Amino acid sequence: MILLVDLSYREHSLGYEEFVLPIARIVHGQGEIVSTLHYARDPGKGAAGCDGVVLCGTPLRDNAFLSQREAFAWLAATELPVLGICAGMQALSLTFGGEVFPSTGIGMTDIRVTARDPLLPAVAAFPAYELHGNACTVPPGFLTLAESDRCVQVIRHQHRPVYGVLFHPEVRNEWVVERFLSSFCR
Amino acid sequence: MVREEVACLITVFSENEESYLFHTPNVRLVRLQAEAMGLPLVETGTAGIKEEELEDLGRALDIAKERYGIDGVVTGAILSVYQAARIQRLCQERSLWCFNPLWHTDQETYLRALCGQGYDVLISGVFSAPFDESWLGRRIDAGAIKDLKQYASRYRITLTGEGGEYETFVADAPFFSRRIEIVTAEKEYENYRGIFRITGARLVEK
Repeated sequence: MILLVDLSYREHSLGYEEFVLPIARIVHGQGEIVSTLHYARDPGKGAAGCDGVVLCGTPLRDNAFLSQREAFAWLAATELPVLGICAGMQALSLTFGGEVFPSTGIGMTDIRVTARDPLLPAVAAFPAYELHGNACTVPPGFLTLAESDRCVQVIRHQHRPVYGVLFHPEVRNEWVVERFLSSFCR
Repeated sequence: MVREEVACLITVFSENEESYLFHTPNVRLVRLQAEAMGLPLVETGTAGIKEEELEDLGRALDIAKERYGIDGVVTGAILSVYQAARIQRLCQERSLWCFNPLWHTDQETYLRALCGQGYDVLISGVFSAPFDESWLGRRIDAGAIKDLKQYASRYRITLTGEGGEYETFVADAPFFSRRIEIVTAEKEYENYRGIFRITGARLVEK
């Protein structure tokens, strides 16, 4: 079972359909059972019995999660594989000591792969859809796996399968979620 | 559960029937749809020139913000990165929220849900092979969905017409107080391109 965490400013917001359900369809399409939980509903406890966690994105103006750092403290200790998408990557960065800063990216962009990793294919670059009003620094203990002209796009914890991707893989790059599931959650 | 309040509809009338961004067939009839919904309508026009037409949509958003105090915009984008990214930018420039609740929805489930929930949706234009003239004005029902699925697998159209393969007109919806009766219409069709032009329509009791 894979836990999807909704980072929207409140439960059942319009952002749920746009940022959680598309990920749920990809995960379900890989034969996995999907469980969803809002970030304020103690997902650290909800992750018990799960095989992996995906922190979903939020609408461009939805940054309420940034002021709720304690709600993500469980990520520092979890042994589960984690994939943080956009807002999820920002939450990971903050949790592990990084910083979030204003940086707007809307539309398709070129992602340059800078390090080999099971999450990414053996290509030099690929196009991806980004939708962010903030970007983040690479926190201590993490590596940069890919970047765009504007900012770091993919990071990974040095020793654990904990990933952050700033672009939205649900748009034209579903394989990111599929590789995360097949490489670390089975 | 907290729900959002719908303040108004926004429509841009394009003089260019090949508009990159905007729906054009029968778009003037949004006025009847707005009346059926009991909602005000913000209307602007555009010459429909690529990228420049964005400024005309931006003008409509400014009017809606000033007149109705909107906090955000909801679009019906399903797959179009072109449309979604441009509207996201317009909203960001105006400090407006932007939601696309149908984004990457399962298209067959979506079409079947429309049929099962009281929507009356007609094909108002076709713009690709293999659509023939018989599709103009055809209601989207179980039979149409079956045919569209065959087209999607054989000709790689998108099931919901998101690639511009076809356009639709909503004559009734669960939130319409009255339905739209099409009184007169004309068909124009040639080489897999056609319009179901509604020339007379009115609101009637359901």
